[in-house]
Amino acid sequence: MGIISSGFHGKRRTGNPALPPGQYETASFPVLTAGPAPYIATADWEFFITTETGQRRAWSWDEFLALPQVDIRTDIHCVTSWSKLGTSWRGVSLDTLFADVETTSEFTTAHSYGGYTTNVPLQDLLDGQAWVAWEFDGEPLERAHGGPARLLVPHLYFWKSAKWINGIELMPHDAPGFWESNGYHIYGDPWREERYS
Amino acid sequence: MSTLWRVAEVVSGVPETESSRTIGLRVDGLNGNLAGQHIDVRLTADDGYTAVRSYSVATAGMDEILEITVDELANGEVSPYLVRDLMVGDQLEIRGPVGGWFLWRPTDPNPVQLIAGGSGVVPLMSMIRAHEASETPSQFRLLYSLKSPETGFYREELLTLSQESPKLTVDYFYTRKVPEGWPSAPQRLTAETLLANILPADVAPDIFICGQTMFVETVAEWMVLAGYPTTSIKTERFGGTGGIR
Repeated sequence: MGIISSGFHGKRRTGNPALPPGQYETASFPVLTAGPAPYIATADWEFFITTETGQRRAWSWDEFLALPQVDIRTDIHCVTSWSKLGTSWRGVSLDTLFADVETTSEFTTAHSYGGYTTNVPLQDLLDGQAWVAWEFDGEPLERAHGGPARLLVPHLYFWKSAKWINGIELMPHDAPGFWESNGYHIYGDPWREERYS
Repeated sequence: MSTLWRVAEVVSGVPETESSRTIGLRVDGLNGNLAGQHIDVRLTADDGYTAVRSYSVATAGMDEILEITVDELANGEVSPYLVRDLMVGDQLEIRGPVGGWFLWRPTDPNPVQLIAGGSGVVPLMSMIRAHEASETPSQFRLLYSLKSPETGFYREELLTLSQESPKLTVDYFYTRKVPEGWPSAPQRLTAETLLANILPADVAPDIFICGQTMFVETVAEWMVLAGYPTTSIKTERFGGTGGIR
């Protein structure tokens, strides 16, 4: 046990087994980004996947919406210690998007409009663990929260759920993305409290 | 290692405003911090319950001592304790300083425009202090948007610096109440007023914006529309749920 602050009682918003260590629950939805939010019209939007062999698949907004849509109910955990439990999203599973992609790569870099990148191992994107989400709480995703669409990888700290997602590049090696190059952990498991590098 | 919890001793506690306080922390073995970084503060209750929040550091490069300025949030869990109850001589735990993005370094040659909304001035103050302490001749300009004069942080220091420093200009903007004798009435910040009171895009300033989410969103948007390159703008936001970022 650390230093005791006598007279500090706290609000006991932790202690919920759904909360990873060091997290507290919030009802609001704070925003964390490094720069201005880019504006992307859905008419100009696309989502791509590229492989190490140069294969490239891409979906326009309409093609993306024509894919099977799933509802996702999940907890999200921000590295700055807030967690939001039971959030509702709608989007396309990355299993669907990767269905026809052949690769031997084990890592990926997610690319966002505006230049943001984040690295996620491929196995963390598959098997029902990750989505490209475009609806939050029944409404189109707001631009401040990553609209038109963001990556949703809720089992990792939320900076991995790249806003304004543009595509995923398959990578033979793990290469740190934006926050990972600026002091954050290369993997970011909230249950192991992998906040900082 | 920045990821380990370390013991910090409270060496000072000075009220900034009615609801905020600057707290000096001494950390054995701390080797200063970069301007713009933050620390995590952990409080532990006597039954082992802990709460962690992030706070921007207001100082830079002071070796074993750093200062944070904490604004008390209504219904906050950690901030009321830090502002009202914590005493000089108390100990708490910190992690960091961390952050490798929202930073100013004395080797950065460009002019700098800082834009603060309310308590968002804290990490910008650390940049001003680092800049003043350095030989770097670049021009710094701070636009500080406040509800009222009483809510301003570091008032005397900013007043002195704005009068005496050849490389810092400070512009205040009041949204609810102005000081006595102020030339204009309180008003909402508009794109026009903002752009009239910051370094122009053609001097290619590095821009740091910190404040509440809506403030940062709005200001960043105006600047992009006015032709400031997106890549020159760094933002830090806090959403009112405890802690900056």
